Amino acid sequence: MKIHIKNGRLIDPANGIDSQHDLFVAAGKVVGIGRPPADFSPNQVIDANGLIVCPGLVDLSARLREPGNEYKATLESEMLAAAAGGVTSLACPPDTDPVLDEPGLVEMLKHRARLLNLAHVYPLGALTRQLQGVVLTEMCELTEAGCVGFSQAGTPITDTMVLWRSMQYAATFGFTVWLHPQDSYLADKGVAHDGEVAARLGLRPIPAAAETVALATMLRLARETGARLHVCRLSTAESVDMIAEAKASGLAVTCDVTANHLHLTEYDIGYFDANSHLQPPLRSQRDRDALRRGLAEGAIDAVCSDHTPVDKDAKLLPFGESEAGATCLELLLPLTLKWASEQGLSLSDAIASITNRPAAIMGIKAGHLGLHATADICIFDPEQYWKIEDKALRSQGKNTPFTGMELAGKVRYTLLEGNIIYKN
Amino acid sequence: MPKACFTSPWKKVKMFNPQLTDDGKLKHLLTIDGLPRDIITQILDTAESFVGVAEREVKKVPLLRGKTVCNIFFENSTRTRTTFEIAAKRLSADVINLNVSTSSQSKGETILDTIDNLTAMHADMFVVRHAQSGAAHFIARHVKPHIHVINAGDGRHAHPTQALLDVFTIRRYKPDMHNLRVALVGDILHSRVARSEIHALTTLGVPEIRVIAPKTLLPEHVEKIGVHVYHDMNAGLRDVDVVMMLRLQNERMSGALLPSAQEYFKTFGLTQEKLALAKPDAIVTHPGPMNRGIEIDSAVADGRQSVILPQVTYGIAVRMAVMSILAGNS
Amino acid sequence: MTKTDMALPDAELLLQRLADQLRPAIHKDTALVGIHSGGVWIMERLLTMLGSNLPQGRLDVSFYRDDFGQRGLHQDTRPSQIPFEVEDRHIILIDDVFYTGRTIRAAMNELFDYGRPASISLAVLVNRGGRELPIAPQFCAHDMNLPAGLNLQLMRDAQGLFHLTLEESQDV
Repeated sequence: MKIHIKNGRLIDPANGIDSQHDLFVAAGKVVGIGRPPADFSPNQVIDANGLIVCPGLVDLSARLREPGNEYKATLESEMLAAAAGGVTSLACPPDTDPVLDEPGLVEMLKHRARLLNLAHVYPLGALTRQLQGVVLTEMCELTEAGCVGFSQAGTPITDTMVLWRSMQYAATFGFTVWLHPQDSYLADKGVAHDGEVAARLGLRPIPAAAETVALATMLRLARETGARLHVCRLSTAESVDMIAEAKASGLAVTCDVTANHLHLTEYDIGYFDANSHLQPPLRSQRDRDALRRGLAEGAIDAVCSDHTPVDKDAKLLPFGESEAGATCLELLLPLTLKWASEQGLSLSDAIASITNRPAAIMGIKAGHLGLHATADICIFDPEQYWKIEDKALRSQGKNTPFTGMELAGKVRYTLLEGNIIYKN
Repeated sequence: MPKACFTSPWKKVKMFNPQLTDDGKLKHLLTIDGLPRDIITQILDTAESFVGVAEREVKKVPLLRGKTVCNIFFENSTRTRTTFEIAAKRLSADVINLNVSTSSQSKGETILDTIDNLTAMHADMFVVRHAQSGAAHFIARHVKPHIHVINAGDGRHAHPTQALLDVFTIRRYKPDMHNLRVALVGDILHSRVARSEIHALTTLGVPEIRVIAPKTLLPEHVEKIGVHVYHDMNAGLRDVDVVMMLRLQNERMSGALLPSAQEYFKTFGLTQEKLALAKPDAIVTHPGPMNRGIEIDSAVADGRQSVILPQVTYGIAVRMAVMSILAGNS
Repeated sequence: MTKTDMALPDAELLLQRLADQLRPAIHKDTALVGIHSGGVWIMERLLTMLGSNLPQGRLDVSFYRDDFGQRGLHQDTRPSQIPFEVEDRHIILIDDVFYTGRTIRAAMNELFDYGRPASISLAVLVNRGGRELPIAPQFCAHDMNLPAGLNLQLMRDAQGLFHLTLEESQDV
């Protein structure tokens, strides 16, 4: 399939490109930038006038709900959501049912995803068997099956010796350990940030210390073991400072923040709105401002969606009983653009945080559009506002705090390996 | 100006106060937080009339005749349920009691299904108690428009009728609320009663509200709700006009929050000696049931400064007032 | 008949007339019960004329009104006070203006929740016409016939003296 994308503004932060360039695609790869290769006659022409052409988005965390939780969403629906969101590569956490701790399960997931051919799916393997924090998983076998890293998802290892050993083992082979900084004891089944709102509403609190104490431990262990550490889903101001300091001292650590946490605070819980029940929780304005700054200044490396589709019944409950999480694959782009424009940053900065920077963390060749790169492309209209509502979302999860709001940034085309998989 | 809504700083979208109708009338009683002062005053003033009714031989008035009040208690409480039942019956309403922990809820029926079934049985008013903060708001958001919801206690969040009967009691003994020093003593962290009491006192213009508790029993940002924090009960009780005691639950000892009931009584229990530090005509309230010898000494509980028994009587009158006002706002 | 055409009687004179009507009816088992708020004002004045050691009470009928479903609870409820035994008592209910009769029905219902009186009579300053129930005052200082759109009210000035006023009715 030969495609000519014309009149678009090409933004490829990895290669420092931000200007009007046509793009030429053939056999699933980028074959020309600005000028076509010789004898190029396109099968299809996309007029990207007024649109941005950028690498397909790379999402560090999207739950696809398979295997096991098909009543919440299916691989198919969520990958359609990814395509609608311009996301062409995504990492999925191991907290499926069964847990992704066996090579066979990982292979099956990758196989299913490949058949659907809607995005590149990179599973994260469980760091310990069944995520129980006791016995290590076969990290080499799992990497061979396709895992790009190892994680405990939302179930932190409480035994520090096990944490140490798992990081040591991963370090042996150069595997990246993706950890969520949360101390289970301090978090104590909390559901909201330990601040003014939780105090007023009587919600079980999660103090900021639950994150910083755990972060301090894992940074220390990363230094001791030499493991590559990726810290998932920062939520506090102090964490940003701690990461910045660790990086400055030369530690090989990266981190991400969710698109929701760049914008929302504890106040968005309002009158117990379960759509704002997230993990980690939405914290204070001060925390949010620090996260926004941290991403702008580079202490935080990337934005992810942390896409978590939740079925309607699980949100139709009192706040503390509702399931945490928000649908977000289709909001990753507009929310990132919104952050960048409010911080006075360029489109290129915005796009970098959701393309080449997360790709580097995952260790995959994605998120850029140099010559001969895989033609995973997102074409979007940065000015087009659209309303976030059930019918506008492809995901089976309609649970987002942004329901009813209008956001700017609509994907018009998504190409995967040179094929148009989404068109609006 | 009734606070009908508040604006989320990010969203710039008005989140309407679900308790009030568009023209500022009381539709549900969910929390004291955000309840306009004139509505609180109306409830208290109306309750005055109901106190007289309780002293007659025929303790009923026909206001809610033909209406059905449902007590839906997802969390057990015979005391509270009984006072609501008495209040409803004295208004001539029919009463249905649903103790959900023993019924269909435990068979997997969702809260919303339970509510829908009760609505189909023509209930007009739901009195709800639940272990989760926000449960009453959740139910109020999903009931049919003609149904009124009264929060009888949700998790740690609110217990508005308790706070109303407490301030009603205080007002009866100390009519000038603008000149009072009030101290709340005990487990503020886990207490929905405390939260509601603080909001009620603040809204009614009580100038000084103190909380006296160990750090482990105070929410992280409690000063932001408008109270002065004391860890020393002797300092905290000095010259106060009202001492509002809170109940200490047994679980607190096992949660690493307190070492023992004995030490708690020694440091934060109300005894005659400690009460003597307050004003000589200070009154003592307690929402009940009391743990004698743990948060309060029997001598104080049964003493001349205790208004704990009148609180119970006033509790029925206040609940009758709330139900009447709600039923009249259809 | 418009508002300006009406010549309203002197309420103070009416009060004297009512007191004269009531005087022969007062016995040892009589009690006076005023209906808030105009009826209470009148009762207080009557007591100075008829003997202040008469048992007296006051009724607020807010909880017995038949229009609760339409109009909700009255904003300004006050506690009723019947400090005497109602049993076997001859009660004279006192109100300022008698109109549809519904207020009196509510007052009687409320009185019966206090006990069983030997009899109830009704004394009003003005019967303005427009009865909707088979209830009528036994003692009445003035009869008139007002159209439905007008509202007759008793007012009390700073010195405690009464006068009557006429207004367009608020409700249709």
